[in-house]
Amino acid sequence: MTQVTQGPAKTRAQIQAKTLRTDPWYRSPRVTATGLTIIVLYLLFASFANTDYIFGSYISPLYSPCLATTCTPSDSSFFLVPWLTWLTPAIIIIGGPLGFRFTCYYYRKAYYRSFWRSPAACAVAEPHARYRGESRLPLIIQNVHRYFFWIAIAFNIFLTYDAVVAFKNPYTGAWGHFGVGTLMLVVNAILLWIYSVSCHACRHITGGRLKHFSKHPVRYKAWTVISRLNNYHMQFAWVSLTWVTLTDLYIRLAAAGVFGHGRWI
Amino acid sequence: MAYMANLRVWRGDHGEGKLVDYSVEVNEGEVVLDILHRLQATQANDLALRWNCKAGKCGSCSMEINGRPRLGCMTRMSIFDQDQVLTITPMRTFPVIRDLVTDVSFNYEKARQIPSFSPDPATKPGEFRMQQVDVQRSQEFRKCIECYLCQNVCHVIRDHEENMPAYAGPRFLMRVAELEMHPADMADRRNIAQDDFGLGYCNITKCCTEVCPEGIHITDNALIPLKERVVGRKYDPLVWLGGKITRKQHRDTPRVPGKH
Ligand code: SF4
Ligand code: SF4
Ligand code: FES
Ligand code: FES
Repeated sequence: MTQVTQGPAKTRAQIQAKTLRTDPWYRSPRVTATGLTIIVLYLLFASFANTDYIFGSYISPLYSPCLATTCTPSDSSFFLVPWLTWLTPAIIIIGGPLGFRFTCYYYRKAYYRSFWRSPAACAVAEPHARYRGESRLPLIIQNVHRYFFWIAIAFNIFLTYDAVVAFKNPYTGAWGHFGVGTLMLVVNAILLWIYSVSCHACRHITGGRLKHFSKHPVRYKAWTVISRLNNYHMQFAWVSLTWVTLTDLYIRLAAAGVFGHGRWI
Repeated sequence: MAYMANLRVWRGDHGEGKLVDYSVEVNEGEVVLDILHRLQATQANDLALRWNCKAGKCGSCSMEINGRPRLGCMTRMSIFDQDQVLTITPMRTFPVIRDLVTDVSFNYEKARQIPSFSPDPATKPGEFRMQQVDVQRSQEFRKCIECYLCQNVCHVIRDHEENMPAYAGPRFLMRVAELEMHPADMADRRNIAQDDFGLGYCNITKCCTEVCPEGIHITDNALIPLKERVVGRKYDPLVWLGGKITRKQHRDTPRVPGKH
């Protein structure tokens, strides 16, 4: 070992203020907390509602794939799960997308900062006396994220199928329709794919885990593209989440008859 | 246009100290370090502060300006309002020696614990052949100027001094990631990254990335990729099973002395 000379007393500067920041550091965690709360409350309401989630060929992304035997009949209803019928079809499948978002590296940052406040902002003291982070239970479970990534891919396939089916007329079932709902569902599927592909676990799986990019040119290329998308992972997380919410809202309102009977629906 | 800036500078020895008010002249184009030097030259000759290059390249002048970890030499006075009081304090995470000078030896101790570059012993000097794409990722990490602002801001040790023995901090986890990604390095540091350097403590809240004066994407490009690699070694049952079937040999580095 290198000889270390005896230094001075090891005491930090005794500064009581929890932060000396003068900029509005509290703004961003507040905005995040408010946004997440509004969206989560709406999604909870919609997932428990158990009505108005299918409008002809449109199905709310929250209820697809519709696995329960109690599903409203549609192209995306599979009637596979006879048990758990006291739950809504949305609650039966919510674990997949919820787990994916909950363990997402971006959302982790978002709720650790805005709800758990560890830390609320940089160089702002956190309120907890002890901190072990993700080094042990319960938060060490966040490491399952890559499994949720694969589950999310399966969901994306279903939701892409829903977007294709949305080209059927919701009233007549005839192909070749293009309405607001079609647009919502197509954009929804695209955004979910971009969000999932820009995921850090995906970046790792495609190429990040390699030591020699030069030996795997195709994976290197994929990694390069994903890395570029990954820079905007936060933005994709918000846009895709908001879009899912709006898509559900649109289909819910259409199914409830709010828009009347219109060609553009 | 010259004006007088109001400063509050932390003055003290060995932890004990207080914020002292000064009024110092500022000229156009100056940075905080210039103002502190003027303060030292004209009013507070015994003010201790560390600096070297005045070009954001030596990493010596780390301090906290209005509560934000920054390099004194790279913080222009023009970003502050002229009537704003500037509070200048030493880095909070490290023991203070005097005034703005802290003892950053924690970082050197952590640096020494990382098992160094371990190439294949069969490769003779002069035989290394590496392609740019293979070293590109780690080159970003080599921009580090060791200012330790990231170490200072990281809440794992900033707010919880008791975590310091267990946690190496972003700068050194990034060093582990750099070696993990090195094409010619044969060692497997994933176990020690988690067990001895405390990667699990990081909750990817990105403050290290926010303060890094070199703009290194520490969290996205080093810490999260390292977390994913650690999952592959320690927590992913399918990867574990695959490794058993193919009888994959891991070349683990020795554990860090004194940690087990
Ligand atoms: S991202 Fe991790 S290492 Fe960086 S400051 Fe946050 S907790 Fe510390
Ligand atoms: S990674 Fe950035 S903030 Fe951390 S020591 Fe290096 S240059 Fe400074
Ligand atoms: S989905 Fe956000 S990191 Fe994987
Ligand atoms: S004096 Fe060298 S980085 Fe500021």
